[in-house]
Amino acid sequence: MSGTERVVLDAQGVERALARITHEILERNKGTSGLVLIGIRSRGVDLAARLARKIAEIEGVEVPMGIIDITLYRDDLTRAAEQPLVKGTDIRFPIDDRQVILVDDVLYTGRTVRAALDALIDFGRPRTVQLAVLVDRGHRELPIRADYVGKNLPTALNESVEVRLSERDGQDEVVLVPAEGR
Amino acid sequence: MAFAGRHLLGLEGLSAEEITHVIDTAESFKEISERDIKKVPTLRGKTVVSLFYEASTRTRTSFEIAAKRLSADYVNISASVSSATKGETLLDTARNIAAMRPDCLIIRHSASGAPHFLADRVDCPIVNAGDGAHEHPTQALLDLLTIRERVGRLSGLTVAIVGDILHSRVARSNVHALRLLGAELRLVGPPTLLPPEAKTWGHVYHDLRAGVRGADVIIMLRIQRERQGLNFFPSLDEYSRFFCLTRSVLEEAKPDVIVLHPGPINRGVEIASDVADGPYSVVMDQVTNGVAVRMAVLFLLVNRAQVASEEQKTAAPPRLRRSG
Repeated sequence: MSGTERVVLDAQGVERALARITHEILERNKGTSGLVLIGIRSRGVDLAARLARKIAEIEGVEVPMGIIDITLYRDDLTRAAEQPLVKGTDIRFPIDDRQVILVDDVLYTGRTVRAALDALIDFGRPRTVQLAVLVDRGHRELPIRADYVGKNLPTALNESVEVRLSERDGQDEVVLVPAEGR
Repeated sequence: MAFAGRHLLGLEGLSAEEITHVIDTAESFKEISERDIKKVPTLRGKTVVSLFYEASTRTRTSFEIAAKRLSADYVNISASVSSATKGETLLDTARNIAAMRPDCLIIRHSASGAPHFLADRVDCPIVNAGDGAHEHPTQALLDLLTIRERVGRLSGLTVAIVGDILHSRVARSNVHALRLLGAELRLVGPPTLLPPEAKTWGHVYHDLRAGVRGADVIIMLRIQRERQGLNFFPSLDEYSRFFCLTRSVLEEAKPDVIVLHPGPINRGVEIASDVADGPYSVVMDQVTNGVAVRMAVLFLLVNRAQVASEEQKTAAPPRLRRSG
């Protein structure tokens, strides 16, 4: 009775979702003034780069892009069976008074975002921090919500959501993996 | 893969993957020291104690800064002001400190094997900050990081280690790691300052110019004046005439050679001032990288110890979770 994974967003779906998020970001912030994108490792970085490209296509402006590695800010590091390789944070511009768009692939418990917010605050005092995610799968454990969502995906706790991006996984798709299929 | 050890006692016996994992982690930590707020909360609530039975400026400060940048609490004990002066043994001191439940114990001692001795008897991760003429693993790790950063790789490089190799724990740690990572080693110095096993490590040279000819990297070692009572060479003057790295000697090496020195430098003895301060010298990079390397080591060890203790806790009630 092993279940199979179900595709909930195909390549075109991912593309459309990102296009819509790009427009929403530009609309909400009235353009690119003060805008910076910060991706959370690993797939948040790929997504932030794509948003940056789309913004450049629409507005003709290259918004600064940074990378956050939240490993050093996690609250559950000691529970991880395997030590992840810390790849480091890379923010080469001041974020004081900027409109920071934090980008991640999946919003789930909210703990990653909590860690990313702590990391971000160490670099300065942004005017706003807004959260963009490709998938919101629910089950929050902290009072955190996304400002831009590619797809709201109701899930069971024992299911898992996998975001695959062509940059590192060969193709774009979001799949829901049932508990037995893991 | 990941770093598996409970302690960092030496680089001998580590795998190439483990060494690379530590250096990779250290590289990612460098950015933290460039921030306005040079601190991450990673080791908040953890206690790191260092026990220095030998003099140190760089290593001790470097460990302290590393621990503090990870938000650990750090306490240093120097033997000169500790109960060691009242005759307390190393083991008693270490047991008493361990009873205060530190999360990591850093030790430097003049006796080779002192950290290993404690590792078997004290229940917390131990980092060797230099033991006698045996090993100084964090120094070699920061050397490796510095070389990789400057040259772009470690394998295939010709590395000349020059000077008092006999007494050098820095040399021993570097020899283990560099051979493992595929560098070609040259051991350069007077016969009296080369240990018999040097010829099994690489090519031995007693002539400095020949030893550095075509080298990509030169690791200079300090002449350990405090250990020179036994006449390993006639005089410092004579030593420097034959083995001081001067600009003229440096011309024998590759045009883009880099020169490392673990410090403290004896200017004009093993290295000329204009070389130590010159464009080929990466001495200050080494010091900067030292903080990142020690952050990585503390992070990996303290974290691993914590994971192990969590596993023990959850292992106690068998099969309560995830019945399957």
